[in-house]
Amino acid sequence: MAKLIVLCLTFIALYINVDAVFEDQVGKFDWRQQYVGKARFSNFDQHVQSSKKVLVATENNVFAALNTRTGELFWRHVDKTGPEGNIDALLHHGQDAMLVVGNGRLLRSWDINVGGLNWEVVLDSGSFQSACLVGQQENTKHVAVLKKTAISLHYLSNGHQKWIENLPESETVDYQAVYSGGNGEVYALGVVPHSHVAIVAYSLDDGEIIKQISVEAPWLSNIQANCVVIGEGMLLCVDSPSVSLYMLDLHVQSQMTQIPLQSLGLEVAPGFHPVLVSTQPNPARQPLSEFFLQLAPEHHLLLQLNDGQIVTLRDFKPVCLFYSATHTSLLNTPQQLKSKILASIINLFSAETGRRLLDTTLIFNMVPNGGKPEKLHVQAFLKKDDSVGYRVMVQTEDHTLTFIQQPGRVMWTREEALADVVTMEMVDLPLTGTQAELEGEFGKKADGLLSMVLKRLSSQLILLQAWIAHLWKLFYDARKPRSQVKNDVTIENLSRDEFNLQKMMVMVTASGKLFGIDSKTGSILWKHYLDNIPSNAAFKLMVQRTTAHFPHPPQCTLLIKDKDTGLATLHVFNPIFGKTSHVTPPTLPQPILQSLLLPVMDQDYAKVLLLVDDQYKVSAFPSTKNVLKQLQEMAPSIFFYLVDSSQGRLSGYRLRTDLSTELIWDVVMPTEVQRIISVKGKRPNEHVHSQGRVMGDRSVLYKYLNPNLLAVVTESTDLHQERSFIGILLIDGVTGRIIHEAVQRKAKGPVHVVHSENWVVYEFWSTKSRRNEFSVIELYEGMELYNSTVFSSLDRPHAPQVLQQSYIFPSAISTMEATLTEKGITSRHLLIGLPSGGILSLPKMFLDPRRPEIVSEQSREENLIPYAPELLIRTEWFINYNQTVSRVRGIHTAPSGLESTCLVVAYGLDIYQTRVYPSKQFDVLKDDYDYMLISSVLFALFFATMISKRLAEVKLLNRAWR
Amino acid sequence: SEMARLLHSEIVIFTVLFALNTDFVCCNTGRRVGDVMDTELSGFSVPLEHSFEVDDVAKFRVRGALVLKAGREHSLSLSQNQLSEEDRVKLKEVAAVDGLYRIRVPRVFLQADRQTERQMEGYLTAFVRACAMVESHLSDVINIHTDVSGYLIGISIVTIPGACRGTEVEDEVDLEIFNTTLSIMAPVNAPGPETALFLERMDLETAKKEKNPQEQKSFFAKYWYLILGGAIFLMVTNSAQPPAGGGREQS
Repeated sequence: MAKLIVLCLTFIALYINVDAVFEDQVGKFDWRQQYVGKARFSNFDQHVQSSKKVLVATENNVFAALNTRTGELFWRHVDKTGPEGNIDALLHHGQDAMLVVGNGRLLRSWDINVGGLNWEVVLDSGSFQSACLVGQQENTKHVAVLKKTAISLHYLSNGHQKWIENLPESETVDYQAVYSGGNGEVYALGVVPHSHVAIVAYSLDDGEIIKQISVEAPWLSNIQANCVVIGEGMLLCVDSPSVSLYMLDLHVQSQMTQIPLQSLGLEVAPGFHPVLVSTQPNPARQPLSEFFLQLAPEHHLLLQLNDGQIVTLRDFKPVCLFYSATHTSLLNTPQQLKSKILASIINLFSAETGRRLLDTTLIFNMVPNGGKPEKLHVQAFLKKDDSVGYRVMVQTEDHTLTFIQQPGRVMWTREEALADVVTMEMVDLPLTGTQAELEGEFGKKADGLLSMVLKRLSSQLILLQAWIAHLWKLFYDARKPRSQVKNDVTIENLSRDEFNLQKMMVMVTASGKLFGIDSKTGSILWKHYLDNIPSNAAFKLMVQRTTAHFPHPPQCTLLIKDKDTGLATLHVFNPIFGKTSHVTPPTLPQPILQSLLLPVMDQDYAKVLLLVDDQYKVSAFPSTKNVLKQLQEMAPSIFFYLVDSSQGRLSGYRLRTDLSTELIWDVVMPTEVQRIISVKGKRPNEHVHSQGRVMGDRSVLYKYLNPNLLAVVTESTDLHQERSFIGILLIDGVTGRIIHEAVQRKAKGPVHVVHSENWVVYEFWSTKSRRNEFSVIELYEGMELYNSTVFSSLDRPHAPQVLQQSYIFPSAISTMEATLTEKGITSRHLLIGLPSGGILSLPKMFLDPRRPEIVSEQSREENLIPYAPELLIRTEWFINYNQTVSRVRGIHTAPSGLESTCLVVAYGLDIYQTRVYPSKQFDVLKDDYDYMLISSVLFALFFATMISKRLAEVKLLNRAWR
Repeated sequence: SEMARLLHSEIVIFTVLFALNTDFVCCNTGRRVGDVMDTELSGFSVPLEHSFEVDDVAKFRVRGALVLKAGREHSLSLSQNQLSEEDRVKLKEVAAVDGLYRIRVPRVFLQADRQTERQMEGYLTAFVRACAMVESHLSDVINIHTDVSGYLIGISIVTIPGACRGTEVEDEVDLEIFNTTLSIMAPVNAPGPETALFLERMDLETAKKEKNPQEQKSFFAKYWYLILGGAIFLMVTNSAQPPAGGGREQS
């Protein structure tokens, strides 16, 4: 009995907190997309004819197998970020794939069927140079790894080291390549730049040096870039200054024979460095004697080494890319149409003869606003009739993988640029045509009674028409079986839903490709590749005009800034369709320091973007007369701040009427002590519903809601664990007044900060206690409000009360963001991306500096949770249940039309979209709401009243007669 | 300001001591010029400059001298001149066009021993609207912020009251003497998680539980009334449904 009661109680306690999804809700309001990143190596699994796998090792340190039929992932392994997990080489043999990881730190073998790890060995230290499979007598059993000072041989079956040998004279010789022709010898090829080539041949069996030769080559500095091994062990190098090929037989020590390209009747394009490419289809056999020579960006030659003579087999021109496979080589000829490349043609040629194979033409249509092809990966196979068939995976500059089957059917595309989302915005979808028509009617100015009546009639007619069309569609769909009715979202039928829950996600990726993604389904509705984006670009996306201003199209502006030079460009586009806007953005000749979006609007409702250049001059976009006039009027009340973290300087400026600026305040933090690591303001679209908090004694504690407040986080330059600290400064961005200054001693970064309403939450690593800690700062004006109507930074002389409390958090975090709702009535949650891939929704209630240490009647009245130093992670707080989001880098929150609902997008290697309800769905009736019950109860009550009324009347009447 | 007027000396000194934990002791000593020299021996002085121009192009002039003294608790005092007739007129003019009243101090390092090491390049500036300065009758609050190691990192100025209501200041005497409240602020130490206190509280609670005999009682001793109630309830429900035959017999 006792246990029963206790169990009942715990059950109730648990039940209150459960806030997870039900099984049938999985995937209903959320979706996840998994990516691998830009492919560095890729290999088709060809050991079984029917295999449908392609292996990719990517720049994002991911190794994955893709399904060639659908493009979906079979399996994926995500390694550490940074150089530690960098994939140096991918070697593929049978059903094993060997990876060299982390600059030669690890050698791993994977079973490609299931994606399981066969074995892993830690290699001796030394920087990685090259690796190759070593075979003998048609059997490949070893893998050779060449490092700076040593060469080692490992068994493919278990990874055990067969032998390791030091390389002779490794201080002077730069060993760069390893080669094996299947004859029981392993060659290490090295070079002493501008002096000679060193070749060491090792015995496969015991690692003994069989031969060591050195050949004069004063023109050579890099083997990997200039040399290949072809045929029966001939080292062939190309030297561009002397425009000739050099050939050396590895088996016989001799001189390098020079073959001037001119003697072959070949000419190199001026300024182009010729490139050689050879192919070794089977590691147990020697490489092919056919090889490629690239003479110009679009000029390739297929050459053959025949009895010591080089013969030209075929001249390919114009050709952009080629790929060499077992017996075939493949070429890609761009077709020039109106000076714009619209399509590429891919052909298959025989490498032995240079002849084109019949029926192997494949047309690859370029996507408008896409990138140019960069790499081809070919899967060739023999058809039933012994002719050669092939499929191609084209990798384009915008990190897209497109898989094409003959004669040009696109099987699938993967947008791998989405593995590197930098920033994003969520834009409301437009109204439907009919809604817009009505909106437009009210938007226009009245011009006469008759025309107004006509306009009204016409719009009513359009509504009627739409309604009939809708009915017809319903009727039509009802006849079809349910499975055939598809509600595909396309750009044409996009429209806002009742509660504005479906939005357009505009995502900017590091490669410079922009995407428009439907938030409901995750389908990519538009994409736009911006070429000539600098590799170290910083992006800032701003919504200048929302969809609310029909008939003006919505407008987004992307500021692309080169981090080194500071030079910036603007890309203005329509976020719904992805089209570049007709509005020409201003050219920005000067480096840009700061950009700010003002609430000031032009006549066509575009918000004004101010750009501050390095001369502290301000330019406006759009810069119409109207805007300039408004700016002139408002200039004295436009303040902005600049942060120069290299000098530790924060400075404030005021706009002058002539659009020049004046310095009005500065705060300088000496860089020898601390450096600024982040400056966070509040989100401009944030609403705070209540100005204060009701205390236990019914008095009100007013929040300090300064919209100009900045949270500046600094980290000490001294990283010793006793002396390191983190500084938190709260600075008013208008006056430069330091509102609060605190140091967290014995702490270090990375620091994650969220700044919203009247609170700042930050997370850091405590070096003293060796744990992650959260700290929350809340600001209050006190029991009285200085000026309740408007907040002005210039007129708030009293400093706010500052409350702070810290907590222990049991996990490291990757990123942090706060939920955001339409009116700010809903309580706030913190969304925390954990390195484990979970996204935690932590109620802000737990991070409240007013949590009492000793519970009193008043704190209980106020619903404050008693202080506990540790914040627990409850599993039901994970909003992404088992949908792990790899390497979360950012979380974006956006309000929906429902006050209770906040849209969340987490991005990193994967993208995950969901909805959260921080205060539960208080404004939505539940799915299983019993309408029958409530209406029957209502009816029953109604009839009961009627009957009882009647009865009462009868009774009264009877009494009157008595 | 009453005090200042009573003294009617050209120099008004406000000294504010500021401790690291923000409890500060304000002592308006009102010492005379001679005393300043004494403090200068241990501390050092930097100029506090101000600028107010109709065209808003900053031209800084000396407003007073700040005497800074390093130590565990940095201390600070200010001696400043009163506004001249010309400046008063100009300040009112600047206020009329809604110009700015700016102040600045040079960047200094308080912990250094030698004067040469103290001075660093550049200034720290702050501003307040000139009209607020006029309407508050030169009552301002200046805060100087240092970082952990004693570098000055920022200065701020506010007037009390802070608003510009457009009230005309007739009395010229109101704009003669600065009524300055001055403080120097070092960063406060942010609290860490209060584990010790929490554990203490937990211990106390368990101790209380152990002491409290009510808690130590056996289950039956604690919940006898519930069990009894349940038993009675069961008995009642059993007796309320007597066998059908028996019921008839009784009636």
